[in-house]
Amino acid sequence: MAKNKEQVSTVRRAKHSGILTVLFSIISILWISPMLVVLLNSFKRKAYIFRYPFGFSANSITDGWDKFMQGAKQIFCGTLNYTNGLKATKFWGCFGNSLFITVCSVAVIILCCSMCAWYIVRVHTKFTRFMYVMCLFSMIVPFQMVMFTLSKFANMLHLSNPVGIIIVYLGFGAGLAVFMFTGFVKGISLEIEEAAMIDGCNPIQTFFLIVFPILKPTTVTVAILQAMWIWNDYLLPSLVLNVNKYKTIPIAVQYLKQSHGQIDWGAMMAVLVLAITPIVIFYIACQKYIIEGVLAGAVKG
Amino acid sequence: MSEYSLAPFIKKRKGRIMEKAIKRYFPLFVMPTLIAFAIGFIVPFVYGIFLSFCKFTTVVDWSWVGLQNYARIFVVNGKLDTSFLHSIWYTALFTVTSVLIINVVAFAIGMALTKGIKGTNLFRTAFFLPNLIGGIVLSYIWLMIFNAVLQNFSKTIVYSQWYAFWGLIIVVCWQQIGYMMIIYIAGIQNIPGDLIEAAKIDGANAWQMLRNVTLPMLMPTITICSFLTLTNGFKLFDQNLALTGGNPGKMSQLLALNIYDTMYGTTGWQGVGQAKAVIFFILVAIIAVAQNKLTTSKEVES
Repeated sequence: MAKNKEQVSTVRRAKHSGILTVLFSIISILWISPMLVVLLNSFKRKAYIFRYPFGFSANSITDGWDKFMQGAKQIFCGTLNYTNGLKATKFWGCFGNSLFITVCSVAVIILCCSMCAWYIVRVHTKFTRFMYVMCLFSMIVPFQMVMFTLSKFANMLHLSNPVGIIIVYLGFGAGLAVFMFTGFVKGISLEIEEAAMIDGCNPIQTFFLIVFPILKPTTVTVAILQAMWIWNDYLLPSLVLNVNKYKTIPIAVQYLKQSHGQIDWGAMMAVLVLAITPIVIFYIACQKYIIEGVLAGAVKG
Repeated sequence: MSEYSLAPFIKKRKGRIMEKAIKRYFPLFVMPTLIAFAIGFIVPFVYGIFLSFCKFTTVVDWSWVGLQNYARIFVVNGKLDTSFLHSIWYTALFTVTSVLIINVVAFAIGMALTKGIKGTNLFRTAFFLPNLIGGIVLSYIWLMIFNAVLQNFSKTIVYSQWYAFWGLIIVVCWQQIGYMMIIYIAGIQNIPGDLIEAAKIDGANAWQMLRNVTLPMLMPTITICSFLTLTNGFKLFDQNLALTGGNPGKMSQLLALNIYDTMYGTTGWQGVGQAKAVIFFILVAIIAVAQNKLTTSKEVES
């Protein structure tokens, strides 16, 4: 990577670097401006959101500063939308559900699928080959194909709660995870594991002490890909979960529209800001891993 | 001499002993994934295919009707029903348009951001950000902006199917351009520097470089990105549901939403919805197989 960057800077430095920087600064700000507009509007009274969607005040700044400030006071309402939005969606409960489901599902997927993938690679039987092919196959099946039967079965098996849905996510996420882990395990040489076995490790010890630490890069990739999918997933939880009792954030946002018929745009803006903020924080904190994970996932998928 | 010929044999034996040891732990290593996989995928999939030949409202009250569901997709009460065909055609047009725009723009930005201009990392971060926001949240951001702009012309995003169409295009472009840009940047950085230098020494201009060096070297990346955007476009659901809801009058329903609407929108139509889902699955599978064929044949060439 470092070498590549050096090449880029020496071989391909553009002639108009300064102009390009300015140009891309403007494009970048425009690119994320929809989020900034939502942030701005989340503080406005809902009656004024569509009357002055992009402005700061009801009066133009050319009318003088006092009038401008007066107009601003007229359309902004502080954190009123946030209070309404939090109440209407019971946001913190949804946030908790989303966090619990995402973290637990990702942990379970990583643990179970890495173990399964190691077994599939190391044990050569017809069954393991069949399982591998099924995992590949499951990746191309669209969710609409199984949504009706899956949600009804989940209901019958009492999986319609945040704990039960983890099993559903393990099942539906297993394809990609097993595929990526097997790809990596195939590249690990047998000798290390043999040495561990000869030293008296049983397969459980061999896996957790030797293999699992080696898998770390793939583990990060799988964790990022699955977390992005599960956190943002709408259709699966809305069908599987008992939505009257448990909502995730995407479900809460969607139901803000349906339950009232019309949309309370004030509350909607506030909830959107609350929904985006954790993602932005997470992204800034783990940017390197996210981009690497996405890249590895795209090339293999 | 004898040692040499024995070594692989011993190694194979050792491997087998290890295999035997691991095999005993089948219940621990494979069972949890297998059971979840059966509940989450295998059983619903097989049963889903079976149900597409049945009339049912839940999974237990089925009665066999043969191909009637498949017939009802296209013909209702002796009249031709074009809604499914419309959504196939609408989806195909949407997918092709989005694939073209996303890939061209992502490639252009990727090229610009590998020129070593200042602030490259910051720009990359900004462009990628929308990709992490889910389809539902994303669509409501844009729904507000579209309707805020369109109210000046006394229209909304569901004024006609073409307003909805371009609205959806803008939303998916905003979401996916950053993602594809990341893949293109990695691909461009992998082109050997001496290749570009050689072309420069030979006096190639920018256009010739692009046509004869960059694009051919990027073919694997272009294939990956095209198919990613292709399947994403075909399977699009969340954005469609949140932004247009299929309005006006189901005219902006993409395939996935059309299936969902058939299944849950009207009672008694679950079988037809399931039959549509099977057709949808076959279409997606064809794309996936084509992708596999194309990428493997490309690998052989290089």
